[in-house]
Amino acid sequence: MLKDQDRIFQNLYNDLGPDLTSSQKRGDWVNTKEITDKGRDWIINEIKDSQLRGRGGAGFPTGLKWSFAPKEVGSRPHYLVINGDESEPGTCKDRDILRFEPHKLIEGCLIASYAIQAHVCYIYIRGEYFVDGQKLQAAIDEAYEKKLLGKNAAGTGWDLDIYIHYGAGAYICGEETALLESIEGKKGQPRLKPPFPALIGLYGCPTIINNVETIAVVPTILRRGGKWFASLGREKNTGTKIFCISGNVNNPCNVEEEMNIPLKELIEVHAGGVIGGWDNLQAVIPGGSSMPLIPKDKCETLKMDFDSLVAEKSGLGTAGVVVINKDQDIIQCMARIARFYKHESCGQCTPCREGSGWMWRMLERMAKGEASKDEIDMLGDVTKQIEGHTICAFGEGSSWPVQGLLRHFKDEIKKRNKFDPIIKEKKNIPYLVDQHLLDKNA
Amino acid sequence: MSLRRPAKNQPENFEFNPSSLEAAKSIVAKYPEGKQQSAVMALLYIAQKQNDNWIPLAAMKYIAKFLDMPYIKVYEVATFYSMYNLSPVGKYFVQVCTTTPCMIRGANKLVEACKEKISEDESVLSNDKSCSWMEVECLGACVNAPMMQINDDYYEDLDKEKTLKILDKILNGDKPTPGSYRGRINNEPENNRKTLMDLKNA
Repeated sequence: MLKDQDRIFQNLYNDLGPDLTSSQKRGDWVNTKEITDKGRDWIINEIKDSQLRGRGGAGFPTGLKWSFAPKEVGSRPHYLVINGDESEPGTCKDRDILRFEPHKLIEGCLIASYAIQAHVCYIYIRGEYFVDGQKLQAAIDEAYEKKLLGKNAAGTGWDLDIYIHYGAGAYICGEETALLESIEGKKGQPRLKPPFPALIGLYGCPTIINNVETIAVVPTILRRGGKWFASLGREKNTGTKIFCISGNVNNPCNVEEEMNIPLKELIEVHAGGVIGGWDNLQAVIPGGSSMPLIPKDKCETLKMDFDSLVAEKSGLGTAGVVVINKDQDIIQCMARIARFYKHESCGQCTPCREGSGWMWRMLERMAKGEASKDEIDMLGDVTKQIEGHTICAFGEGSSWPVQGLLRHFKDEIKKRNKFDPIIKEKKNIPYLVDQHLLDKNA
Repeated sequence: MSLRRPAKNQPENFEFNPSSLEAAKSIVAKYPEGKQQSAVMALLYIAQKQNDNWIPLAAMKYIAKFLDMPYIKVYEVATFYSMYNLSPVGKYFVQVCTTTPCMIRGANKLVEACKEKISEDESVLSNDKSCSWMEVECLGACVNAPMMQINDDYYEDLDKEKTLKILDKILNGDKPTPGSYRGRINNEPENNRKTLMDLKNA
């Protein structure tokens, strides 16, 4: 288990209070000027050395992303945007940072803004977190009062203003370009990339977008050194991460742990074990709903980091671990996730808008045992038609969980849905649903 | 995508009251000059708060003029985002999360409680018109599942009985305390904490 002194978020459970004075006791804001005095290149290199990867789901190297910002500020100002639109089912880590460790985030914003030469930072928070957003606003106000923000913020000689922008219940706004559209006051529909936001982002200006957790760990990394962070976890999957363990466990919780921790340790030690015992485990969704599930036999030895999970054809995503035990109907669980994606598709690209509804309706029928045999392969085909054919990664996010189900629980679906396609029953039905089979036989 | 339609009965006029107006002006100031359209989401939210939790078409027209942008652009935003209520939802708006992490911990029992106490169907006002409920997608409090949101507040770690009690309170016009209903502190593993123990005992 990670040593307590290596935990970045000391106030994860709010034992100490989120206010400025107690945050300073934990080490926030103590020598911000010393850090910025070392210069932009030093900051970016130190973050590169730490091998910090974005905590929002995609795991893009943060130092590299910062280095994409233009070196000189031209006619267009630079912006820093913080993505706090946490809506991935199974994930609730950013909420705890917003309400209990706001000063880690604010100080991180100042350092990151300095590194990418932004004078304005927008923090995008999902609308449902209104109360938590107000707590962050209180911390921002406190920081302004103590001259940690505004002109010559914290004595660094850098001017920074931070504003909160609330979302209004759209999952897709967690996609970075949809988030920018949303800040600009439009529908949250993703943009085509390229151009990438680092060059043409918010209001057409260079913009760096980072997750709340990514920015909140930055000050601690710079204080303790990139080497310290890189010594935790393993190569290219370094540092600590807040894991959210929900679902059928005895003690669902958020916990900060080292990367590469065994999944079994997370569940058994921190979350108090699976309800009904380890043998009652059916499957685990390792990184928020868009990551394919992992069946029990693989959970025994699974390590939780980006690359180990990719090797299992899944992903770490946001590290929202959803534990599903044998009391649950796995097809129904996935059908509900498919309904989530059907509800949240922004409607811009046809494969996703139509396909997400197809997947949901097919899975609902499969859960009830109303689908025919051939539809199981057809469902796999639908997921392939969506994946890779959309502007943003929502297409992948909605089809991967279904593919995961088909990969590991195909037998379960087959057992429940065993009747033949209508065509085989030789009934004369106009507008036959399985017309495609008719064509194939002709 | 979800289908969202404005209410049939619409008030003819809408205007910000003085406190809303002040709030709106301070929000417009957050954005660069000429980019006042960015404030549309926050302004719709203010209008919703002022108008008993829903946004009439007149408010969208008013906001369009206020921000000097086309009405259709405001309408687009108001219909795209699910948190803008386009028809009356009552003074207490109950949203029950039923996405998978909540579902497998018994969110359907919360839905049953809402059906018993508020109304048989979702988005239908209770008899006294003070309250309505609906199923929503993940509210981002998965380790506190099952949970629901009433107006701005989260009610966590619920079961059917606790939900019935909370609903009784709001139907009587009281405000129940938000937070965990199993008495646990924030997101810590209940009775099983293994980390940061020095701070807990400090």
